Amino acid sequence: MSNSLKIADKIFSSRLFTGTGKFSSLSIMEEALLASGSELVTVALKRIDVTLQDHLLKHLDHPQISLLPNTSGARTAKEAVYAAELAREALETNWLKLEIHPDPKYLMPDPIETLLAAEELVKKGFVVLPYCHADPVLCKRLEEAGVAAVMPLGAPIGSNQGLQTLPMLEIIIQQANVPVIIDAGIGKPSHAAQAMEIGADAVLVNTAIAVAPDPINIAIAFREAVRAGRIAYEAGMAISGQEARASSPLTSFLTNT
Amino acid sequence: MFTTTFDQFDWETEKASIYNKTQIEAEKALLAKHRTYEDFKALIAPAALPLLEQMALLSQRETQRRFGKTIQLYAPLYLSNECQNICTYCGFSLDNKIPRKTLTSLEILQEIAVLKKMGYQHVLLVTGEAQQQVGMDYFKKVIPLIKPHFAHIAMEVQPLEECDYRILRQLGVNTILVYQETYHQSDYKIHHTKGKKSNFRYRLETPDRIGRAEIHKIGLGVLLGLDDWRTDSAFAALHLQYLEKTYWKSKFSISFPRLRPHAGGLEPKTVINDAELVQLICAWRLFNQDVELSMSTRESQNFRNNIIKLGITSISAGSKTNPGGYAVEPQSLEQFEIDDTRTPEEIIEVIKQAGYDPVWKDWDAILQLD
Repeated sequence: MSNSLKIADKIFSSRLFTGTGKFSSLSIMEEALLASGSELVTVALKRIDVTLQDHLLKHLDHPQISLLPNTSGARTAKEAVYAAELAREALETNWLKLEIHPDPKYLMPDPIETLLAAEELVKKGFVVLPYCHADPVLCKRLEEAGVAAVMPLGAPIGSNQGLQTLPMLEIIIQQANVPVIIDAGIGKPSHAAQAMEIGADAVLVNTAIAVAPDPINIAIAFREAVRAGRIAYEAGMAISGQEARASSPLTSFLTNT
Repeated sequence: MFTTTFDQFDWETEKASIYNKTQIEAEKALLAKHRTYEDFKALIAPAALPLLEQMALLSQRETQRRFGKTIQLYAPLYLSNECQNICTYCGFSLDNKIPRKTLTSLEILQEIAVLKKMGYQHVLLVTGEAQQQVGMDYFKKVIPLIKPHFAHIAMEVQPLEECDYRILRQLGVNTILVYQETYHQSDYKIHHTKGKKSNFRYRLETPDRIGRAEIHKIGLGVLLGLDDWRTDSAFAALHLQYLEKTYWKSKFSISFPRLRPHAGGLEPKTVINDAELVQLICAWRLFNQDVELSMSTRESQNFRNNIIKLGITSISAGSKTNPGGYAVEPQSLEQFEIDDTRTPEEIIEVIKQAGYDPVWKDWDAILQLD
């Protein structure tokens, strides 16, 4: 069995985090999220109607599921901080997935605004999980700001392209002192398994589950892939590739005297 | 300004180029990873019609990937039918002898109550162009009244100056729609004979002013049928391409109002039939995976039921296109005829049946701070 993951004060036995957007119905979303075994589920503040008993939240009301409000839609640090405060009040959690994308086309995170907002939100007592570029220096800067984990992207959000930023992700994982959650771009279970094999602490998957023809079974597949990838990482894998075996061993001169 | 780009293109040349596109060019466009303006022209060409099923399939896939299996709901709220323009196709045209009405604050609240009861969180405010009755003074008065009731406010009003758009943004307006109607400069003059709207270039530069004012979302469209719908759509694609690159923080949406032959009304120059409208919607999606595509109640029940799955992202329902239409004066004259008169509950059911989640709220006032 793989070890559990601790972020701030919470311990997770599942390393598959999920999102709530893009599903064809709230009941399918609920079933898929339950099937995924996910214990941390992100919810866009903009989809929540704080004045009403929002029915989206009713579908997430399960003891094993913690909510991770996100600031999707915010384009500046200022907007993100306001949204975070509203989310903390509305969802009664100080956990926050910090997302700032001024560009609505590719939804690229703004590194400067993200760092500014992270610094401020940490001071305000939030458990901040920032969505960011796979930029090793930025991830260290965010870590220094006091974030609880970093969430670098594998590929543009919603693109299902897999770990296009692999070499950078490997550096981020090597030098991180906080959990690394690979977010965005994970399109199939094999991508999630790969993320876990390289040592990511968790992955966040939304589009690949929500938009799949059978979200429930694909959620199960992701659950198993994440688990398998993590066990493999912990167990250690055989060195891949064709082993170099020189026809005349390079060190043979030592014995062939 | 887009006018610089616009001046480099000639209507007749573009038109000929679209109609000369071959099926092979359309197939190439279909297979392209990143589709260009020339690809868009190939996809709206008559030569692409035999590829409609493949286009629909790809459009569905791309839309689901980007927007998920969701459809956003919105409703128009007509504030006034006063208008100083003469437009050959519009029910509110100055030369139409109809009773004119601009909603008072109290009446607006009555209308809002009905929309809220239906469940709406995203509203589209509509007026004619009449500086005295529905100018900036009126907007400054009524928008603060409307804002607390909705998560997202869009407006379809007369072209304004950049400073006025900034004020609207500060008042809480998230989206501005302005349709060019047609990019055919000389025919534009035939259809807009009087009033400020008759100034083609001022209208053409309007999305630039909206973009410079940092309005979050800009809506574009042409009145399909006013001129050759293919050429007009190609120019709209050029316009979108320019705007997206220039105002990279703005979102964009496209609408598809079509002019159809009806007794006493303006005869369309070209008729766009249902298959062609599907082709156009799919071509837009294949050209731009991120643009929002919007469908109004002008279209028939059957068309709307089926288009949900093919690329659109937002839909209106239960709409009234007359000021006071929801509560105050339900019998007054509409701007255009509603074809699909089903209630929002009925449309919700249709969306669910299609395997999509109807979304009432996908924005929050907190996300727009000034």
